[in-house]
Amino acid sequence: MTGTTPVTDKPKIPAIELKNVVFYYQTAAWQLSLPALTLQQGEHLFIKGASGSGKTTLLNLLAGIISPRQGEIKLGGESFSRLSAAKRDTVRARKIGVVFQQLNLISYLSVLDNVLLSSHFAGLDKTASEQRAIKLLQSLALGPELIQQQAAALSVGQQQRVAIARALLTRPALLIADEPTSALDADNRDGFMQVMLEQANACQTSVIFVSHDATLRRYFSQQLDMQHLAQGVQPCC
Amino acid sequence: MLLKLARQSLWNRRGTALLTLFSLTISLVLLFGIEHLRKEARQSFTSTISGTDLIVGARSGQLNLLLYSVFRIGNATANVNWATYQRIRKHPQISWTIPLALGDSHRGYRVLGTNTDYFKYYRYANDQSLKFREGQPFNKVYDTVLGAEVAAKLGYKLGDQITLAHGVGAVSFSEHKDKPFTVTGILAPTGTPLDQTVHVSLEGIEAIHLDWQQGAPVPGRKISAEQALQQDLTPKAITAFMVGLESRMATFVVQRQINEFRGEALSAILPGVALAELWQMLSMVENLLLLITLLVLVAGLVGMMTTLLASMKERQREMAILRAVGAHPWYLFVLIQLEVLLLTLLALLVAAVTLVVSLWALQDRLASSYGLFININPFTLQTLYWAGAVLLVSALLACIPAFTAYRRALNDGLAIRL
Repeated sequence: MTGTTPVTDKPKIPAIELKNVVFYYQTAAWQLSLPALTLQQGEHLFIKGASGSGKTTLLNLLAGIISPRQGEIKLGGESFSRLSAAKRDTVRARKIGVVFQQLNLISYLSVLDNVLLSSHFAGLDKTASEQRAIKLLQSLALGPELIQQQAAALSVGQQQRVAIARALLTRPALLIADEPTSALDADNRDGFMQVMLEQANACQTSVIFVSHDATLRRYFSQQLDMQHLAQGVQPCC
Repeated sequence: MLLKLARQSLWNRRGTALLTLFSLTISLVLLFGIEHLRKEARQSFTSTISGTDLIVGARSGQLNLLLYSVFRIGNATANVNWATYQRIRKHPQISWTIPLALGDSHRGYRVLGTNTDYFKYYRYANDQSLKFREGQPFNKVYDTVLGAEVAAKLGYKLGDQITLAHGVGAVSFSEHKDKPFTVTGILAPTGTPLDQTVHVSLEGIEAIHLDWQQGAPVPGRKISAEQALQQDLTPKAITAFMVGLESRMATFVVQRQINEFRGEALSAILPGVALAELWQMLSMVENLLLLITLLVLVAGLVGMMTTLLASMKERQREMAILRAVGAHPWYLFVLIQLEVLLLTLLALLVAAVTLVVSLWALQDRLASSYGLFININPFTLQTLYWAGAVLLVSALLACIPAFTAYRRALNDGLAIRL
């Protein structure tokens, strides 16, 4: 916001909003409950959680792969969790980007095709997406000489940046990152965090970043601890 | 994008995909090849004889008579008396007859004693008469007319001299060496057992057996070729004869009259009916062959599914990525199906090419070794049905790995289990 713009009290639509969300598996004596979580557009959240703490379940919930047993998840002000599975898939394609821990790319596709996967499922125009993909890759320090290479030929750090490009190609409301830095060394990690947040900000995308690495917390304004969400007996891994 | 994914995914697993393709191709080549050979063999058999209304021989089963008289397979149990033959051929309803005397051979090829009516009346395929590639019918006692293959295989030309051997084995120890025959004609190829036959006159057959008795030379009794010509060479018996009637309507009447002939126990058969019986017997073998082929095909298809199913585990990451970018579980289902269809289509294509090429390469061998004249083009409308059925079955079987992908997509979600 620049100084000349008049300040308005127009209520912002939150990027994601969770209310009284409860999820449990029929077979496990364990449940995940999230009474309230709101993330305004452009705000980022750090979720601290080790593997085995229900992290994957939370990610599946946020990405709409599974629906909460109780409560509601809203995405961009619209109910997300009450949609049918197929509609949630479509919404995920358009409004949510996902970056995994590692091996984010389909190894046999080219870098460009990997990035274009997200626009394909979001149903975006191919030529426009391609131009944007090339630009996005460039701003993530992935030059045009790389885009036709097979994804498997890239270094881990490069692969993770391609994953960011793919996740942000559709200008999603939400970027879910599941420990994307765990396979990177310290230098790469900081570089990665910077470009990821930079590009997310450019797209007005909220980042939900899950990691057990507390040193990364400093990049985020909000924090949540998985330990407060999971209740009941947790099988030890 | 879907097609690109399927294509590149297959290419990515080209090692296993190639092996799958290979096994599938083999089973498809087998299926189409056997179907084709089956049809062609039937065609080839059926076209061996045409226009003959009855075949008459000593009393025996109709198959036996058909096999030895037309296909040169097996042997006659008894002969037909020359006098009997002479009496029957004067039957008012009978328009022509072809006498057949079998029992000798030349280097594995059967020798057929007959007369020039053979070249005049014998018909094969669709009423085609015999044509000479070179030369003319025999008109002297020691003349011979060779089938196309005999001449080609053994390299005989007009004017060459050949000796006949007693019996029908490829190697014979009792040859009629003293009475060589001169090649006077070579027939054009017919695609029937005729091509493998050495034709001589009945008198020639009689002449070489003058000094023989009970299938062996009579010791101390030698009759030279020239001496033989002085003797009465009217045959005493023939093996069988073919009959053409004035009117087809009379077929059953004449057949009954011959079967009830008092002088000698004879059998008259209708070649078409006998062929039908032959097919009925062979159809069980044919069906068994087809069944085995189908099982091989099923094994090939199941093999493909097994490979796919096994690959599903290593492809979990791929599936999770696709799910993450918004692919519906059905998309993954269709992706697997498409891979299977691509592979099957490719196998069909490769099989078709392989089959045509191998038929083209084997055509001459089949013709010369088995007398089977095979059309190079194995494709008919039925082939298309088969191909469709194969695609359908593979699509059905592909539901197993495809559904696995679908279910995993629902259960595992974004979790990637390594």
